[in-house]
Amino acid sequence: MKILVAVKRVIDYNVKVRVKADRTDVDLANVKMALNPFCEIAVEEAVRLKEQGVASEILVVSIGSKPCEEQLRTALALGADRALRVDTDVLPDALSVARVLAKVAETEQPDLILLGKQSIDSDNNQTGQMLAALLDRPQATFASEVKIDGDQLQVTREVDGGLQTLNLKMPAVVTTDLRLNEPRYASLPNIMKAKKKPLEVKTPADLGVSISSQIKLISVEPPAERSAGIKVGSVAELVEKLRNEAKVIA
Amino acid sequence: MSILILAEHDNQTLKPVTLNVLAAAGEIGGDITLLVAGHGCQAVAEQAAQAAGVSRVLLADAPAYAHQLAENVSKLLLNLADDYEHILAAATTTGKNILPRVAALLGVNTLTDVLGVESPKRFKRAIYAGNAIATVEIDEPKVVMTIRGTAFDPVAATGHNASITQLDQVYESDDVSFRHEALAASDRPELTAARIVVSGGRGLGNGENFDLLYQMADKLGAAVGASRAAVDAGYVPNDMQVGQTGKMVAPELYIAVGISGAIQHLAGMKDSKVIVAINKDEEAPIFQVADYGLVADLFDAVPELQASL
Ligand SMILES: Cc1cc2nc3c(=O)[nH]c(=O)nc-3n(C[C@H](O)[C@H](O)[C@H](O)COP(=O)(O)OP(=O)(O)OC[C@H]3O[C@@H](n4cnc5c(N)ncnc54)[C@H](O)[C@@H]3O)c2cc1C
Repeated sequence: MKILVAVKRVIDYNVKVRVKADRTDVDLANVKMALNPFCEIAVEEAVRLKEQGVASEILVVSIGSKPCEEQLRTALALGADRALRVDTDVLPDALSVARVLAKVAETEQPDLILLGKQSIDSDNNQTGQMLAALLDRPQATFASEVKIDGDQLQVTREVDGGLQTLNLKMPAVVTTDLRLNEPRYASLPNIMKAKKKPLEVKTPADLGVSISSQIKLISVEPPAERSAGIKVGSVAELVEKLRNEAKVIA
Repeated sequence: MSILILAEHDNQTLKPVTLNVLAAAGEIGGDITLLVAGHGCQAVAEQAAQAAGVSRVLLADAPAYAHQLAENVSKLLLNLADDYEHILAAATTTGKNILPRVAALLGVNTLTDVLGVESPKRFKRAIYAGNAIATVEIDEPKVVMTIRGTAFDPVAATGHNASITQLDQVYESDDVSFRHEALAASDRPELTAARIVVSGGRGLGNGENFDLLYQMADKLGAAVGASRAAVDAGYVPNDMQVGQTGKMVAPELYIAVGISGAIQHLAGMKDSKVIVAINKDEEAPIFQVADYGLVADLFDAVPELQASL
């Protein structure tokens, strides 16, 4: 069984991003970048399936300029077998990303496609669903458990009301939630080995896709700032304030 | 202009978040159609017909739609899409699962978790865990998007009487089937719609200690939420997680107990009107957003607070 994992280079989750003074965008200069945490979980899941002998090959794909090879190398160090970067300097919209991935899937014919449920920069939560639609294959989003039985996938999903379990026929698209697994740390020997694993670069034109950006960023503003309020000295004072000052309890 | 909204429901009742989506649609402006897709959901269609601003209700009632499977509902929406410029749903796990699939079938992009309407093509949404609010313009023939319910005041649930039309198209994929679900049963208000939310974090130490919060919540008529750390540690189920990757809440009063205030948690609750933090560490970042901070051991403070309510 072959697994395709899509990964994205994003701001490190510990960094608190700031809006640029001219409000055209957020300031990413000199900010630490990393593999999107949900994508890391997707890679880990693929690696575990390979370790269990269920999967035989893991291909990781990222769409972006040269620096995102760093994240592809991270994925290779975690245990992916080979990598593909689809080169673009423009920021692709989610539909373009899904179209590129669909083309890769058509050539590679994976049985399972794993993606993170959302990237922590644009906070969109849509690429996996769009990819599944383009391929006309079933999807299981927000997965917290994946079991494989022959050509059947049993996936438990985290939904607003609790948990939902679906059966899917492969090929299928699964997007990961936080509790699917806890990704390992890449060991030094594996980081060294990853440098020798194959990393191919293609252009969108090679794949017959054009990259577009149909969503224009007009401006960015900081969120309404909350200022720290007061510290109360006791529970009694807290109750008094909530009742008489904030008037939020009876 | 005309707008199609996918109603959020559980086959018995229309979820209140649909009323918030209707408010967003009202700001876009246009004739509003509400689609109720489900199974045995006639009652939902009847409730939907009473909501303010709805011109007509479309009812697709079939076993294939019982569990809101994206493969089936997206094809139904695709089939209806010709007549509408905007297709909306709530930014719930249902809406987020289905609408991007519809958008891709239509060959258009989609906007997730919209929290402000500037014009029919220009919207506001949060990015980077709510650390920036982006204004974006979408250049697509159809605008497909999910709406953050807490950002819009709900329209009236009753007083209206729209027509109900039955649809008979049934789309059923052979590639996916529903197996089972484990839904949390609770008499407390729904987290995203509650007036008061009491949330617990890793500081609670274990699942049993959450009883302290449940008791207090019941006195206040509040919902109970949690940080990711509390969910990951298995203290409480995943549906209680508040934050960037959990639920977005904006109650009148949010009481954070034993929660440090990581940016991912703040992303889900900092639009609350009044925030109270109870934490034994006076340096905890949660105090930077709290209107009222109490530096105390929660095991002393919470029982005392409950007793004085
Ligand atoms: C991609 C990604 C997405 C994430 N999404 C979310 C999300 O949606 N929601 C979310 O919440 N987190 C999310 N997180 C996790 C987040 O970064 C934090 O790890 C998490 O919020 C911490 O939870 P906590 O505050 O309960 O735990 P901690 O940070 O461990 O804080 C516990 C607090 O309890 C206090 N405490 C301990 N004992 C007591 C006591 N007896 N009395 C009073 N106070 C006490 C401590 O002083 C401390 O401040 C995400 C992380 C990543 C990487």
